[in-house]
Amino acid sequence: MSVQTEPRGAAGPAEHDHEAHQKAHPTDRDYIVIAVVLGIITLLEVGTYFIEDASTTFLVATLFPLMIAKFAAVCGWFMHLRYDNPIFRRVFVFGLVLAIVVFVATLTSMEFWSDVYPRGM
Amino acid sequence: MAIVESPTTPLELSPGAARVRRPLGGFTRPTATTGWKSWLFTVDHKKIGIMYGAASLFFFLIGGIEAVLIRLQLAAPGQKLYSADLYNQLFTMHGVTMIFLVIMPMGAAFMNYLIPLQIGARDVAFPRLNAFSFWCFLAGGIMLNTSWFLGGGPDGGWFAYAPNTGVTFSPGHGMDFYAVGLQIVGLASLVAAVNLITTVLNMRAPGMTMMKVPVFTWMSLVTQMLLLFSLPVISVALFLLTFDRLWDANFFNVAAGADPLLWEHLFWIFGHPEVYIIILPAFGIASEIIPVFSRKPIFGYPFMVFSGIAIAFMGFGVWAHHMFASGMGPLSMAAFSLSTMFIAVPTGVKILNWMATMWGGKLRFTTPMLFAIGLVTMFTIGGLSGVTHSIAPSDTQQTDTYYIVAHFHYVIFGGAFLGFLGAFYFWWPKAFGYMLDEKLGKWHFWLTLIGFNLTFGPMHILGLQGMPRRMHTYVEGYGFEFWNLVSTIGVFIIAVAMLVFAWNILRSWRAHRANPVDVGPDPWDGRSLEWSVPSPTPAHNFDEIPTVSHLDEFWHRKYQEDEAGKVVRVATGEEVAQKGDGTGVHLPSPSYWPLVLAVGLLLIGYGVIFNLGLAAAGAVVLVLAGFGWGYEPADDPEAHHGPEADGEEPSADGDGAERVPVGVTAGSPESDEKASSDD
Amino acid sequence: MTDTATTAQPSDPELHPKGVVSHQTSTGISNEKLAMWLFLGSDCLLFGSLISTYLLLRHRSVTGPGPEDVFDIPFTSVSSFVLLFSSLTMAMAVGAIHRGEERRCRTFLVTTAMLGALFIAGQVYEFTSFVKEGLGYTTNIFGSAFYTLTGFHGVHVSVGIVFLLGLVIMSLRGNLGPERAETVEIFGLYWHFVDIVWILIFTVVYLIP
Repeated sequence: MSVQTEPRGAAGPAEHDHEAHQKAHPTDRDYIVIAVVLGIITLLEVGTYFIEDASTTFLVATLFPLMIAKFAAVCGWFMHLRYDNPIFRRVFVFGLVLAIVVFVATLTSMEFWSDVYPRGM
Repeated sequence: MAIVESPTTPLELSPGAARVRRPLGGFTRPTATTGWKSWLFTVDHKKIGIMYGAASLFFFLIGGIEAVLIRLQLAAPGQKLYSADLYNQLFTMHGVTMIFLVIMPMGAAFMNYLIPLQIGARDVAFPRLNAFSFWCFLAGGIMLNTSWFLGGGPDGGWFAYAPNTGVTFSPGHGMDFYAVGLQIVGLASLVAAVNLITTVLNMRAPGMTMMKVPVFTWMSLVTQMLLLFSLPVISVALFLLTFDRLWDANFFNVAAGADPLLWEHLFWIFGHPEVYIIILPAFGIASEIIPVFSRKPIFGYPFMVFSGIAIAFMGFGVWAHHMFASGMGPLSMAAFSLSTMFIAVPTGVKILNWMATMWGGKLRFTTPMLFAIGLVTMFTIGGLSGVTHSIAPSDTQQTDTYYIVAHFHYVIFGGAFLGFLGAFYFWWPKAFGYMLDEKLGKWHFWLTLIGFNLTFGPMHILGLQGMPRRMHTYVEGYGFEFWNLVSTIGVFIIAVAMLVFAWNILRSWRAHRANPVDVGPDPWDGRSLEWSVPSPTPAHNFDEIPTVSHLDEFWHRKYQEDEAGKVVRVATGEEVAQKGDGTGVHLPSPSYWPLVLAVGLLLIGYGVIFNLGLAAAGAVVLVLAGFGWGYEPADDPEAHHGPEADGEEPSADGDGAERVPVGVTAGSPESDEKASSDD
Repeated sequence: MTDTATTAQPSDPELHPKGVVSHQTSTGISNEKLAMWLFLGSDCLLFGSLISTYLLLRHRSVTGPGPEDVFDIPFTSVSSFVLLFSSLTMAMAVGAIHRGEERRCRTFLVTTAMLGALFIAGQVYEFTSFVKEGLGYTTNIFGSAFYTLTGFHGVHVSVGIVFLLGLVIMSLRGNLGPERAETVEIFGLYWHFVDIVWILIFTVVYLIP
């Protein structure tokens, strides 16, 4: 009688997760491509520094998506979240979202946004 | 411990034997299986759980003495038993001790002991890390309490609001002990959280899906998730306070532009989940005890699970209800008031489900059951006063009065502590192989209940009459005298109750020593897997990892439904339970490094306060211990494999992979075949 | 591994020959990897607290230099590239060890460590030049907040470098073979996390004033 393990929440069958070598796995070339893309994004980010009189709104609107893209790329490919068991993604995203929500709430309570956007600007 | 010792001491290589390559860690591992060394270097979750329990009771004594001293001072108005400054230290240390060194480790004791047993595992995911958590907690607890002898205890309240706790208003080392000591204690819990979450998710017995996990283990899992995500926030707060105090940083320096609310937010973002961390394990315990003594399964198991998850989740959204008087602004007040009202709902679900479990059940009012019912009733009272706090305008009157003190003592003492006391009685036979006396237990319960209500019940009245918290005395003529006196009498009744408890333990142990009676695996007719192993639990837990097909798996092996749908017994606990004679089980090996690492942290802690050279030495110890630990194999390849079958000589060679599978006699053809096939 | 109910002990912790992580778990993932992700989830809250504290306090100084007075974005962006590149070399190290290329893995680990050290050197240089410009740790609230946030990140990087050296030594002693690939991978997770925290810090601290 073979041991029945029922993986919790795993989408696929209960095989050993040998770090997802069965499916698509980034090759060294993929890593280099991603690194180049990240480099280009960083150049764009640095580029915003040279824009005269950039408003906070503009900077947030351009830099945040770039930052999120870099974040997601490193998590997804370098950290393998795209290919691994969903549990890892859930745990990490939970912590991330919790941190964002709690601290946005805290900053809101401390009237941070009116510091960023004082009246009259 | 139930490890059978073979005639030759298998843990020492016989003289002249080929020396196995020295472990990279530099030291040979500890090998004692009995005596104080076996406790000091253990990685066994059961021993660690017992040590947590003993430490929590020891610290309860200290915190209790602090409580008695407080109540003596407040028994009558205008007393001068101690200075206001000393009084501040007393209530601060009472709070810090009771929360961080008593009630949390008490929960940890049961979580450590029971989680592997309830899920059908042999130990936790990272046994050495588990040991480290205990020693780290103990180091922090010792450090905090040495403050009394090294310049005075912390005096800023357990919540330590900065800038009041900065150097200007709290000179002296007291608050440094708080900041550094709690940092160390917090690290212990963070590490344990990683360990126990991994254990529950990854090490369940075959067939045990998450929805077949006992409620206690579920609540423990949720508690660990709360710890995982809330501890870093207080850790940052403590770092900021430490940097302000030791190195003149400006985080809480209002003249330099700081906002005092920063501390409050950071503290309570941790502080609120903390209270759910305190109560959820006790809720889990009630959910184990009540079904057993109602002879009914827990009512609404999925609701119990999901309400626990909901409480934890929502627990991250209510923290600023501790700040209603801080001048936050109406939007924050309204938002947190609303969220706090909502969080009462899942707790209410639990209360109703416990009641529904008892309804129609065949009730047995044993000591554990009495304590569990005590939890349900006393927590309900505390919860109701909590609901009154959620309404921000009325909280503005209640806050900083004894009404709040009443609330949290009803939920922590009346809720968590009563639950843990019940747990001691319930699981004592499993851990130690003998029962605590029932008659003394009932005395213990009733004295506790009466003393507790006498102590804290009147505080509702005192608070609403306006008696403020954290004041070393009060003035005549406000009408506070009578209830304060009642409250002080109450605390002495609690003290007597705890003496009864101590007496019960001593007497029961002595009776067992004089006349050992095998209490059997299942003295209570339990439901979950821990009752399916002998008492006391064998070192290896299960001879054979069970395959699970039901919630309350053990119960289902004893009782089944006949054709008429009636529940009938098909086997006794003794028949179903494992015998405890499993052979060839590979146990995780003991290790020095967890203790050494904790000592390193302790040195760093004292060094940061007193002498940076000491801190540097501590850092060196830390790094060395870290490397020693890292290079030490998780299991000693030279280790004995637990009891061998039929007097077979244990293999003393260095191959850790070779082991005799459980259930197969060593030396048989099958074992040779299995021993040669690698993992 | 033969699987029978009497022999397989899927819940056994660390029940494997040294270094092999092949015990069965209920979820199919290894304990160590799950533990690292849990820790990283927790670390999000740590850095969340530090970043929010910094954001709140950075413009509230009463005296002393502010961010716009001291930051040198071109210099810091070089640091960013260095750390980014170190993530690449870390990923390459993991790839190499999975393929059994121990020497290549070691080379990439050393490179990652050196890039990390270069990053730290850049931080040290940056901090000393800020101090010269009048921004000390205790000068004002911006200084305290800035140095604490970046300091915590720097400590994370430094601890990572120490671990990397430990891995390199293990590799030199022949103890970091393909059966230990997951150890390298798990460390890689930590290293990438440190990188993504920097991605956040770079944007929120430096680029958005």
